[in-house]
Amino acid sequence: MITIKNMSFRYGKHRMVFDRLNMEMKAGYIYGLLGENGVGKTTLLRLLAGLRFPTQGSVEVLGFTPSQRRTEFLSDLYYLPEVIDVVPLSMNEYVKRYAPFYPRFDYDKFNYYLEEWNIDPAQKLSQSSHGQQKKAMMSFALACNTRLLLLDEPTNGMDIPSKGIFRRLLAQASDDDKCFVVSTHQVRDLENLIDPILILEKNQVLLNNTVEEITKKLWFGVKSEKSDHDLYREECIGGYAVVDYNDRHEESHLNIEMLFNAAIQNKSLFKRMFIEEQQVPHSDFSEEMRQKLYKDHE
Amino acid sequence: MEFKSDKAIYEQIAEYVCEKVLRGEWKDEERMPSVREFAVSLTVNPNTVMRAYEHLERHGIIYSKRGIGFSIGADSRQKAAVLMREDFLKSVPAFVSRMKLLGIDFKDLERYA
Repeated sequence: MITIKNMSFRYGKHRMVFDRLNMEMKAGYIYGLLGENGVGKTTLLRLLAGLRFPTQGSVEVLGFTPSQRRTEFLSDLYYLPEVIDVVPLSMNEYVKRYAPFYPRFDYDKFNYYLEEWNIDPAQKLSQSSHGQQKKAMMSFALACNTRLLLLDEPTNGMDIPSKGIFRRLLAQASDDDKCFVVSTHQVRDLENLIDPILILEKNQVLLNNTVEEITKKLWFGVKSEKSDHDLYREECIGGYAVVDYNDRHEESHLNIEMLFNAAIQNKSLFKRMFIEEQQVPHSDFSEEMRQKLYKDHE
Repeated sequence: MEFKSDKAIYEQIAEYVCEKVLRGEWKDEERMPSVREFAVSLTVNPNTVMRAYEHLERHGIIYSKRGIGFSIGADSRQKAAVLMREDFLKSVPAFVSRMKLLGIDFKDLERYA
């Protein structure tokens, strides 16, 4: 569904965001796009939507080149930015004006989404609260029924019950033909729902793997003693919550926050393990840790 | 649904199904919810439910039929009990080490029996 090959992107002459990025995304999945601030999550979504053009290399989405902005492409994709352009229209008026651009727009689902979130379709968006605006536009985005849906920080501004409803609606809307890409810092809001997980780091991808692949290689849990090959650890009741190499032949509960911290602390190791898919022997971990500790002492 | 953090989610979903079977809520030959339906009601990724179903299928608790989906298998109660016992016993070492740490003797547990 999405193939990115050797794609580089720069803002102006010097600000390199991506350096020969390679990545694939498939239909039927809800991708969770994670990364530190300023690492290029929004830029990536905009490149996929054809709102930014790669400096080098290729991006292919739904069989199209996004930068060509073909109608067949644009009508099968919806991108909901983090900050919405608020128009002085009610949702009733908005749908009348914009739904015709999306041939598969589902009016029944749209009304159902609005009802679930308690949104009055007659009220002007500009007179609603930030959270209401977000939910109204999310209802529109889901109802567009496009094969590709790009959501940038969807839960920002939503209250607690709304986030629960969002999770449910997103799970309902997902099917085997569709690919959802959701960028988020609020990993707790979407834990259990996003799979595969994609972690971006400066110019590159650190990880683009399913939860199953991750938990086969890494173990998440509590240990009473710390050891020098822990990839990441935090103190907790009962000892240390750790991310460790999985040599237990048993999968554990993936903790996305811990995974993220482990990934950004062991960037080269993660790249080797997940992107280059090298079999990293256990002993390499302690080597990497030793080098890191050594560096920390300098 | 709330999940515990000490176990893979697909295993917790499998356990949830086993509990339903053991309590007699889901009976032999009964149809299971589809992967998508179950994923929505638990608000988890459909992949996770699929893995849970595969896990249950491997243990003979459910079976799949082309075009129909998954159903509860024959003798599901016994098979679910076997799987859950295995699972429960895995948690015993941690329980025992906690007892030792707190100075609780096995005799002290008798009154809970």
